Amino acid sequence: MSLAENRSAVGDDAAAQLVAGLPPPPAVWCSGLRKRYGKQQAVEDVSLEVDRGEVVGLLGPNGAGKTSVIKMLLGLVHPDAGEVMLLGRPAADPAARARVGYLPELFRYQPWLSAAEVLVLHVRLAGIGVSAQEQLDCLSLVGLADRAGDRVGGFSKGMQQRLGLAVALVAGPELVVLDEPTSALDPLGRVDVRDIVLALKSRGVAVLLNSHLIGEVERVCDRVVILDRGRVAASGTLAELLGQREVRLQLADLSPAAEERLAATGVVERAGDWFTVALAADEERTAVPDLVRDLVALGVRVHAVEPARISLEERLLGILRAGKEGDE
Amino acid sequence: MTTTRTVLTIAALTLREALRRRVVLALAVLTLVLLVLSGWGFSRVAAESGATTLTSGEARLTASIMLNLVMFGFSLIAALGTAFLAGPTLSGETESGIALAVLARPIRRSAVLLGKWLGLVGFGGSFVVLAGLAQCLVVRQTVDYWPPQPALALALLVAQTIVLLTLALLLSTAVSPMASGVVAVGLFGATWIAGVVGAIGASLGNDSVARVGTVSRMILPTDGLWRGAMRAFQDPSALVEFGGSEGQAFPFLSVAPLTITYVLWAAVWVAMIWGLAAASFLRKDL
Repeated sequence: MSLAENRSAVGDDAAAQLVAGLPPPPAVWCSGLRKRYGKQQAVEDVSLEVDRGEVVGLLGPNGAGKTSVIKMLLGLVHPDAGEVMLLGRPAADPAARARVGYLPELFRYQPWLSAAEVLVLHVRLAGIGVSAQEQLDCLSLVGLADRAGDRVGGFSKGMQQRLGLAVALVAGPELVVLDEPTSALDPLGRVDVRDIVLALKSRGVAVLLNSHLIGEVERVCDRVVILDRGRVAASGTLAELLGQREVRLQLADLSPAAEERLAATGVVERAGDWFTVALAADEERTAVPDLVRDLVALGVRVHAVEPARISLEERLLGILRAGKEGDE
Repeated sequence: MTTTRTVLTIAALTLREALRRRVVLALAVLTLVLLVLSGWGFSRVAAESGATTLTSGEARLTASIMLNLVMFGFSLIAALGTAFLAGPTLSGETESGIALAVLARPIRRSAVLLGKWLGLVGFGGSFVVLAGLAQCLVVRQTVDYWPPQPALALALLVAQTIVLLTLALLLSTAVSPMASGVVAVGLFGATWIAGVVGAIGASLGNDSVARVGTVSRMILPTDGLWRGAMRAFQDPSALVEFGGSEGQAFPFLSVAPLTITYVLWAAVWVAMIWGLAAASFLRKDL
């Protein structure tokens, strides 16, 4: 081997080592997605990312473009512009979806097949070897083990959605996309779905969850992306989005100095003798006791101190309303 | 490799759908009824000619016409059946949402389309061959007539079925399941009528009317293939018996044999329409 060849071989080795040492590419990466249906701009410049083992919630009102974004990620709808990578491969290559499970919002499965046959079909199409026992385990995970041999045509909507969940999970996915997974389920079924999502997360499977049920999203998601009229209105971890805390105080005998002390803590809203003070997310835990001590020292009579926490629902509504006002 | 597996899986699924949805059962019963009825009809012809009211030539002519008539019935059933099966199988599945979970798998849409097409070809083709062969056997049993080129005739009938189901598949990528079936069958009927009109024009020596048939046979090759099949089913002497070239106006006898060029054109036509269907299906937003 010549010196030059030797050097290039060493270079290749080093590159391979470098690549092997890199963290795995994100489960979903998309940038600048756009889609227009006729005159309606459904999706406008949406970029988002789902890391391995991360559960990301997609929130937003009806018609915000959530399902369109999901369908573009999976190659079911062609974007007018933008790029999509799934598990490190460009989404234009069907092989990128080999380890992707999907439960559509509009879930229907071949009514002339049995539940077990639907799973066999999907395993074959996925091109991944899954034993019959594993397929049956998947059906029992969603509570359909005793209906495996029954025709899907006779299933209720809830049972079809459970089957859809099994279809999404059956081929050993590394990314699971669930579009409104609990829309047809009873409260027990919803708890099952929550447990399944948490179990996926503990196994390092990434989940993209589109749901109207904010409580559901709040319980399982690490991060939330809020879409409004086709755009990303806000995104971040739950702590970032909900990090803002508030404290409500009922005060009397307020001096200008005391008012200044309140304003120094955060934005103050006043309603009668009730004052709501917004606290920054990174505020010291002693902020509230310090404030109360200083107010008392300034001669203010403190009748009540109540901690308040903004729920994801309030935050979502706040973001959507702000978006609307911004337009007007 | 994976594409081949996808194509075969989808083709098997399409056949299984036809079986599970009782399409096969319904067709089998219908075919049996047609076979029994035609058997009875042919045995009546045999009884008449046995009583020497018909010459042997007339009997062969009658058998040829009746065989073509019944075969037309079968080709109609095959055409309607596959057209109405091809419609729902694509647009029905996209409308209902069944296609969403399937197409999110790591598969190419063209492989799915090819699988569906192959499944339908297998279904329509085996129906035409089985029913047509059974009919030929019934005719041989009752009036002792055996068509001159049964294999060619059945192959042309299969080709006719393929032409129509490919058209129905193209339509189902663009319009609703109901519309695609109706349009495909409507075009099939219109081409048949245009063919008859053209033949009448030819027998009257009216070139412009005759051209109606020629043009329609180029636009949709079902009627041309059907006429080729009739030619292969009928007794060569039947036309002479019917009155030579004037017989060409009669819809259940065919004068001219099929040219190789026309068969090639039909193959190109199918490939073209399939390509259009694939292009339309690939671009579709689900």
